[in-house]
Amino acid sequence: MNQAIRNTWIAVMLLFVLCLGALSYVQFLASEDLNDNALNKRQLFSEFDLPRGAILVDGKPIAESEPSEGQFKYQRVYTDPELYSHLTGFYSLANGSTQLESVMNEELTGQSQDQFFDRMINLFSGKATEGASVELTIDGELQEFVYDLIPDGTLGTIIVSEPKTGNILAMASKPSYDTNKLAVHSSGQAAANMKELLTVPGLSPYRNPAIGNLTAPGSTFKIFDMVAALESGEYKADTVLKNPSSVTLPGTRTPLNNFFGGNCAAIPEATFADIVAQSCNTPFVGISEKLGREPFEDVTERFGFGQQLEIPMRVVPSVFPAELNPAQLGQSVIGEFDVKATALQMNMAAMGIANDGVIMQPNLVKQVIAPDLRVLAENEPKEFSTATSKEIADQVTDMMRGPVKKGTAVRAQVPGLDIAAKTGTSVLKDNKVNSWITGFAPADDPQVAVTIVFEKIDFKTGSSLTSPNLKKILEAVFNQ
Amino acid sequence: MSELETAPVPRRNMELLLLLLALGVAMGAYYMVGINSDAGLSQEFISQGLVLAGLAMVFHVFLRIWAKYADPVILPVTVALNGIGLAMIHRIDLARNDDQAFRQILWTGVAMAVACVTLWAIRDHRVLRRFTYIALAVSVLLLLLPLIPGVGVVLNGARIWVHFFGLSFQPGELAKITLAIFFAGYLSSNRELILLAGRKIGPLQLPRSRDLGPMVVAWLVSIGVLVVQRDLGSSILFFGLFMVMIYVATARVSWIVIGTMMLVGGGTFAYLTMSHVTRRIDGWLNAFDPDIYHASGGSRQIVEGLFGLANGGLMGTGLGNGTPYMVPLANSDMIVASLGEELGLIGLTAIVLLYLILVSRGMRAALGSRDTFGKLLATGLSFTIGLQCFVVIGGVTRLIPLTGLTTPFMAAGGSSLLSNWIIVALLLLISHNSRRPMLSGVSATAEVATKAPRRSPGLLWPRKESQR
Repeated sequence: MNQAIRNTWIAVMLLFVLCLGALSYVQFLASEDLNDNALNKRQLFSEFDLPRGAILVDGKPIAESEPSEGQFKYQRVYTDPELYSHLTGFYSLANGSTQLESVMNEELTGQSQDQFFDRMINLFSGKATEGASVELTIDGELQEFVYDLIPDGTLGTIIVSEPKTGNILAMASKPSYDTNKLAVHSSGQAAANMKELLTVPGLSPYRNPAIGNLTAPGSTFKIFDMVAALESGEYKADTVLKNPSSVTLPGTRTPLNNFFGGNCAAIPEATFADIVAQSCNTPFVGISEKLGREPFEDVTERFGFGQQLEIPMRVVPSVFPAELNPAQLGQSVIGEFDVKATALQMNMAAMGIANDGVIMQPNLVKQVIAPDLRVLAENEPKEFSTATSKEIADQVTDMMRGPVKKGTAVRAQVPGLDIAAKTGTSVLKDNKVNSWITGFAPADDPQVAVTIVFEKIDFKTGSSLTSPNLKKILEAVFNQ
Repeated sequence: MSELETAPVPRRNMELLLLLLALGVAMGAYYMVGINSDAGLSQEFISQGLVLAGLAMVFHVFLRIWAKYADPVILPVTVALNGIGLAMIHRIDLARNDDQAFRQILWTGVAMAVACVTLWAIRDHRVLRRFTYIALAVSVLLLLLPLIPGVGVVLNGARIWVHFFGLSFQPGELAKITLAIFFAGYLSSNRELILLAGRKIGPLQLPRSRDLGPMVVAWLVSIGVLVVQRDLGSSILFFGLFMVMIYVATARVSWIVIGTMMLVGGGTFAYLTMSHVTRRIDGWLNAFDPDIYHASGGSRQIVEGLFGLANGGLMGTGLGNGTPYMVPLANSDMIVASLGEELGLIGLTAIVLLYLILVSRGMRAALGSRDTFGKLLATGLSFTIGLQCFVVIGGVTRLIPLTGLTTPFMAAGGSSLLSNWIIVALLLLISHNSRRPMLSGVSATAEVATKAPRRSPGLLWPRKESQR
């Protein structure tokens, strides 16, 4: 009987050895995988107990972590949440994090490579790791100014950038939302608030419209047509082109008209520059037929279409469809058919022309600052691409003066300021349009590139919000 | 059994020393929780710590009086486990603004008091043999209690609780003791019959059904009731208890083989026919499938436990610094995960080793016991503790499917504390009886030892209480 008891003891021993083996596996061998598991919220929870860095505009926090009572030690608080919601995004337990809060998470939590040594020191001194602050290139006053230019109830985006550095000075969209509502600790409250926000037409708290909404760019696309045409050597600014009020798209019976009611209807023939100024459509079908699709694919790619860009948030790549037949190409070169672009993409078009053909990498983050105010990382201006040559850029600039001087953008005129811009209107269903303008000033020494787009708006309201607002913005910028 | 004889030394001072060490560990754990939660030396540290220390000391004094020769390691190990468990429950209270630790310390007091009464009332474990069939009747009654309408309640999907006077209690916890007593009593009386009578088929010696009848009936009733009550953990526990006791009584491995086959067959049947078993097994096999994770009654609990353990890693986050409260039932079924997170693999290994020491000491008492009944009872009870640890830790680490069993002495819950402290009292009694001085020169077979004290009145016998 004693032997049986001993055997039982051995069996129990084995059970305990199995337990210890299983514990060693979970706590040692598999612990890293488990910690990284997508279902594991502990990392997030521990982040919520640490001081997270602030997001700064003009040195003032627009997002910061304040000590809080309750479930977690800190609460993320946004000042002016609607003004900056599409830039900061939100940082929440229930809905995750978006935009800068998401892409700059490593810096904000102090987990970036730059803070490696700080973390090592904290490990030994027992101090909690503090996150770094992220300072933006945004000009707070300008941001507020452009945000207020977008009427409530419209889907509008305004971007102001520096063509010489790529720095984004203002990037605002409506409809906006209160990020604080999504940052609440209570999961139930956060879910209820999210549900409510999702009912707002045209709003997704997960998407920044300036870099996430793909829409038809309309006639602003003609900037690329000008580059392609001039580069081919077949066209010059004073080349006289036929301008019928309607053409039939190649190989089809579908007519393509000049925009009715515009000044184009009256002139059967005009120079390339005049056609750009009045934004006539029909001559571009001829240009597309003559050049074929390759130059357009080439130019759009150089300007950034189809490329993955980070500012540091990921920008949805703009689309110029491949394998277009001549009829589709004829529609595409006036920014219709399946051509889709983000507001930032059209801003980059203006930046590239303004900066002698070189597009600087668009950028939103000026620097990362450690808790002890050391600058951990500073963004140097970087080239994104050489979109075209200086000569072509200068010629396009000259042609883009036309719309403001005597064409579709006359309402943008600012006395004493040399402005280059291109308007655009793409027709949607239900008599709605996308209304665009993208340009820069002063034309000979560009300081700012401005892009304005209103989506799903009626033509009259749209055109009253683009050129006049460009004027207001440039006045605000240059009368500072 | 001469090789197992130890010199009859009480070793109570050794116990006192170890006890102080154990209390130091428990108070230290409380202290850590206090300083890491910014509460500092809280009221709870003083009051609950002192109550535990006082209770342990009273128990120690009782042992000095009524079980002088009892194993000196069992009580300190138990107190240490109970104390660490209390500290952990207190720690989760702080996170949840709850007051479970206070209830737990009350139950600890009740459990230790009942254990003391057990020591005093029984004094010689052989008395229990007289209650073999009463133990069976009590077992059946205890197991049936939760099924009585108005008395039984369903908690967490299992109908294993009874409610009276505002208190909830799991009678199944006590049933494991009474069943062990019945099995030990029945097997010690009938082991020859079971062993020798009956037909032999190949290498298997089958016992006569009438010799095994009461055992099978008892086992079937307990398993059957538990199946109705949906208590998987206790089913496994009772099955294991039954297997081990019949194996120790007969020393035939064939029982284990038959038992394992029955377990596999029964398990497969349960998996195929019972939805809650199916859910458990699926949750175990595909724990990380997001659908199963998010399903109600899915794998969230076990997966969160694994995340907690992984978060602790080798060194642990430190008591009070982790987030064990993220795991459902963090202070009861999943307390192992909570401990693993904050104490790390190293700390949890130490706790597992404490259990191993406790079980080994119980088995040691079984080896030293001079009667078959004591041997069987001590083995059965110690094995129960070991198996329960295995089912819990194996479940939490996803080694085996998770079943709702308590971690002995640590998990929040009164019934579990009470029954385990009674088990400790019984193990202490058996070890006392196996280690107390014996007549020299008398051949120490179980049967003689059982009767020897009564038939030798002339010899010097310093203590009266061991004779009945």
